[in-house]
Amino acid sequence: MTALEIWWGYGWPLAIMVVQSLVLLVGLLVAIAFLLLMDRKIWAAVQMRRGPNVVGPFGLLQSFADLLKFVLKEPVIPAGAERAVFLLAPLATATFALAAWAVIPLNEDGFGRWVVSDLNVGILYILAISSLGVYGIIMGGWASNSKYPFMGSLRSAAQMISYEVSIGFVIITVLLLVGSLNMTDIVNAQRTGIGTAVGLPNTLFDWNWLVLFPMFVVFFISALAETNRPPFDLPEAESELVAGYMVEYGSTPYLLYMLGEYVAIVTMCALTTILFLGGWLAPIQVLPFTLVPGIIWFLLKLVFVFFLISMVKAMVPRYRYDQLMRLGWKVFLPLSLAMVVVVAGVLHYGGIAP
Amino acid sequence: MGLSAFFFYVFAILSVLAGAMVILAKNPVHAVLFLILAFFNAAGLFILLGAEFLAMVLVIVYVGAVAVLFLFVVMMLDVDFAALRAGFITNAPLASLVGGIVLVELVMVLGFAYVSPEVAGVAAAPFPTAGSGISNTEALGRLIYTRYVFFFQGAGLVLLIAMIGAIVLTLRHKPGIKRQSIAVQNARTPEMAIEVVKVEPGQAIVPSGETRG
Repeated sequence: MTALEIWWGYGWPLAIMVVQSLVLLVGLLVAIAFLLLMDRKIWAAVQMRRGPNVVGPFGLLQSFADLLKFVLKEPVIPAGAERAVFLLAPLATATFALAAWAVIPLNEDGFGRWVVSDLNVGILYILAISSLGVYGIIMGGWASNSKYPFMGSLRSAAQMISYEVSIGFVIITVLLLVGSLNMTDIVNAQRTGIGTAVGLPNTLFDWNWLVLFPMFVVFFISALAETNRPPFDLPEAESELVAGYMVEYGSTPYLLYMLGEYVAIVTMCALTTILFLGGWLAPIQVLPFTLVPGIIWFLLKLVFVFFLISMVKAMVPRYRYDQLMRLGWKVFLPLSLAMVVVVAGVLHYGGIAP
Repeated sequence: MGLSAFFFYVFAILSVLAGAMVILAKNPVHAVLFLILAFFNAAGLFILLGAEFLAMVLVIVYVGAVAVLFLFVVMMLDVDFAALRAGFITNAPLASLVGGIVLVELVMVLGFAYVSPEVAGVAAAPFPTAGSGISNTEALGRLIYTRYVFFFQGAGLVLLIAMIGAIVLTLRHKPGIKRQSIAVQNARTPEMAIEVVKVEPGQAIVPSGETRG
């Protein structure tokens, strides 16, 4: 094998993948900076405050100022902390959260699929990676060697496992309907659905949110619990546990935790968009809408779901821990399990299984 | 050699090292973390074999759920490390016996193809070739829901019985505990919760009785 063959066989695909990943991650992180600002602005608006409005026009550069502040601070490691695990924990949170984006498709057009890795078990990869997010929290809580972080991490472990179960079942119902584990195929399967069955053109009524509406709601609420968002932010409940697993963290490690948390939230928004809201498909596929590039629709839907999540944070009081467990195990689990059976039965006996 | 061989050795060496560290690590929490690393590398090996579904399920089930519970329990235990290591020598013969049996069984399972090739043909499932259009997930599904359906369901039943057993062992009905009943709370009306009492000047208020809710 000559050097040239090695370059074209391994080097060039590797270079493409590195460039794709860099573009995706940089775009994602910049988007996160503004989504974070949007989150705070919405929260402020609901409470009739102004929110961040000093740094840059309308406070647009607030997130970047926060970034600089965190990076320039001194990282403090408590004397009793388990040093290696303490520093590994936030890194794990951020890495796992970012790794999920490898399989999320942003668009499909004449250039092909806009995805770094077109895995044919993409949705399982997302499920696996999002289930790893809990490790950052558990490791951080344990390594801090302090009571409140430890309690926060214990809560988090129980909470994330509980809601992963219902998320898994919801995803199974979507998979039954779609017949594929590939993320791009899941979006493309939503081109036809209820709307086209009754004679409408391709519209938003074909997407999975309508046919699986109860599962859409369950998925949305489970996504809140899975990402420790209010009203399920018990691992970091500031009125009970100070800041939960993040008590002992400051500076860049804290920044990594926050980053990982927000990336996980945006991942869940993207996942909701792909599974239920038709990904990059235009809401009504007639001329003015189909001219808009798919990525714009994808981002609009993502921001819409993020807006919903922000509004929940602003409006809903925090759950009590036993209520949280009751909702996960006694309401969502039976409901989603029953829906798996119902969807499978309808698809099989209706003869419409893909 | 090629890339897949390179990745095989990376995953294999890392998983063996991580497996060794599981039993060598002094801190049980570190041991569990190394166990997770070993699971990860095993998942990488599955991907190299073309069994991406198994790899993902390994990560979801073992890393995402089972190891979290391990970590959960190990973190809450107050383990006396000195006592643990004192028991190491006394338990070593038993442990090596169990380990030896497992090793022999593994060799038998993995090595029978070399001993009698015709047995391998009977036992091995048809592996989907790359061009057949059958994905890995589908091939696995066809096997476990047709040929091995009773074993698959039997394994599920065993797990169910184990779960019910654990629940029966730990479930206690404590009398006299106040529990929240959400239905009762939601059924409460203002009439049940508030009592308007006409207060005469110079007299105490006597409520007509507690309304439960």
